[in-house]
Amino acid sequence: MAKTIVPIGPYHPLQEEPEFFTLTVEGEKIAAVDVSVGYNHRGIEKLSEMKTFDQSTFVIERICGICSTSHPYAYTRAVEDIIPVEVPDRAKYIRTIIAEGERIHSHLLWLGLAGHFLGYNTVFMWAWKLREEILDVMEILSGNRNNYAMFKPGGVRRDIKSGDIPGVIRKIDSIVPTLEMLKKAVMDDPVLHARTKGVGILTKEEAKGYSALGPTARASGVARDVRKDAPYGAYDKVEWKMIVTQNGDVFDKVLLRVLEMLESAKIMKACLSNLPQGDIDLRLKDIPPGEGIGCAEAPRGEVFHYVRSDGTNRPARHKVRAPTFMNLPTYKSTIVGETISDATIILAAIDPCYCCTERVAVRNVKGKKLYNGEDLVRLSQEKTEKIRKSMK
Amino acid sequence: MSMKLKALLKSPWVFHLSTGSCNNCDIEVLDCLTPRFDIERFGMILAGSIKHADVLLVTGSCNRKSMIRVKRLYEQVPKPCLVVAIGECALSRGMFMHSYNCPVPLDKVIPVDVYVPGCPPKPEAMISAVVKLIEKIKKEKLEGSSKRK
Repeated sequence: MAKTIVPIGPYHPLQEEPEFFTLTVEGEKIAAVDVSVGYNHRGIEKLSEMKTFDQSTFVIERICGICSTSHPYAYTRAVEDIIPVEVPDRAKYIRTIIAEGERIHSHLLWLGLAGHFLGYNTVFMWAWKLREEILDVMEILSGNRNNYAMFKPGGVRRDIKSGDIPGVIRKIDSIVPTLEMLKKAVMDDPVLHARTKGVGILTKEEAKGYSALGPTARASGVARDVRKDAPYGAYDKVEWKMIVTQNGDVFDKVLLRVLEMLESAKIMKACLSNLPQGDIDLRLKDIPPGEGIGCAEAPRGEVFHYVRSDGTNRPARHKVRAPTFMNLPTYKSTIVGETISDATIILAAIDPCYCCTERVAVRNVKGKKLYNGEDLVRLSQEKTEKIRKSMK
Repeated sequence: MSMKLKALLKSPWVFHLSTGSCNNCDIEVLDCLTPRFDIERFGMILAGSIKHADVLLVTGSCNRKSMIRVKRLYEQVPKPCLVVAIGECALSRGMFMHSYNCPVPLDKVIPVDVYVPGCPPKPEAMISAVVKLIEKIKKEKLEGSSKRK
């Protein structure tokens, strides 16, 4: 059968960094996938080296709008690793609260988009409606819906007022029943099972081989989570469990994220009710020459930062590694052999972006256009509809 | 006001283009469609193709690679078309001003009608921007409206 090439991208195929995918298809089956990264380059590492240690946190926050806590978290830990210092307990707790709030909103965002790709626009609307509640919580705590600007080397910028805490806990309590409902909906829905079970499987060996991170690895049975492996913040002071599922298909990735949100709500509540008193900032003055590393568990996996200081007030070198960079190559084993109507959800499974599908176009070798992104989403939604009808 | 422009104001279809943003503005754009803000009740929906769009929403700091593509996309939009720049990056490049890969702000590449400041702007700000845009066109005070015949 003749091979056709499906270019996806380059602008925003998936959420974190714009990438460019080339799918080679034989009929409906995907035969090969190629990924090229490096689009949408803004020179953040260089910019960070032009700013002072304190200003850098704001640049780092804008690497990714969804991970706008994880990147500063890893960066501040790297800077603190140079000296080295321990931040005050209260700062640790506040950092953990913000990080977990971000995880809930990121996973809800993902769940909504995954629902949209599968033709479940109700899930999209429900998840995003629920997400507004958690954004409200973040607005109360940090003053902004996204880009919280809470982190600084040596502590946090803003304290949590004790008067806000009961209201926030009430709000989190009101979210949990809806999350439980979502969990039940995911577990019970036969159409969702039919569309996602056994689709895009990443086995445990492959996950280890590709060094997959975060939910992508944990869904394949690799128990890898920075929060447990090398506890930071308040993660070793509150009780929570790492969610690991075994099958590595899209269904497990959905389920894992839903369960993780419930854990995050638990962590947030525990931290808010046991918030220790004390200082929130070390007021660091000078950063001595040296180098430091910091990592944090972002909603998508481990974020890793390396900072080198030469004794001035600016980082001499700053290196960032985002989790998607590690998770992207897993497509090589998840997408090959699947049908093109499953392509969107498999590409989405490591964490998606709706933008991708709007820029997708299927072309045959001569360059004649066959499908665009809308068609791909339509194909995926039609498949769901077909399954739904056949079940009645 | 030309006939076309008058028709466009009833239910503007929006194409959203990210030229190198951090995703926050893009999420807030999408947020406008979800139950709390629900901009669809005014007839606004996200169009999948640039050729169906009346309004071009641009986010991000327009880097060297996307600059060419933004220009090309703007040429493909059926005119009249309104361009809305969303977020600090699209307005002035914000903190990416000194980046080696973001040479010019967006309005040096394509003409921009409305600027929505903020990092990211809240959905309320975007809705208010759309309302202002429509009112402005109605009064024909929009700069360069003579070009849009």
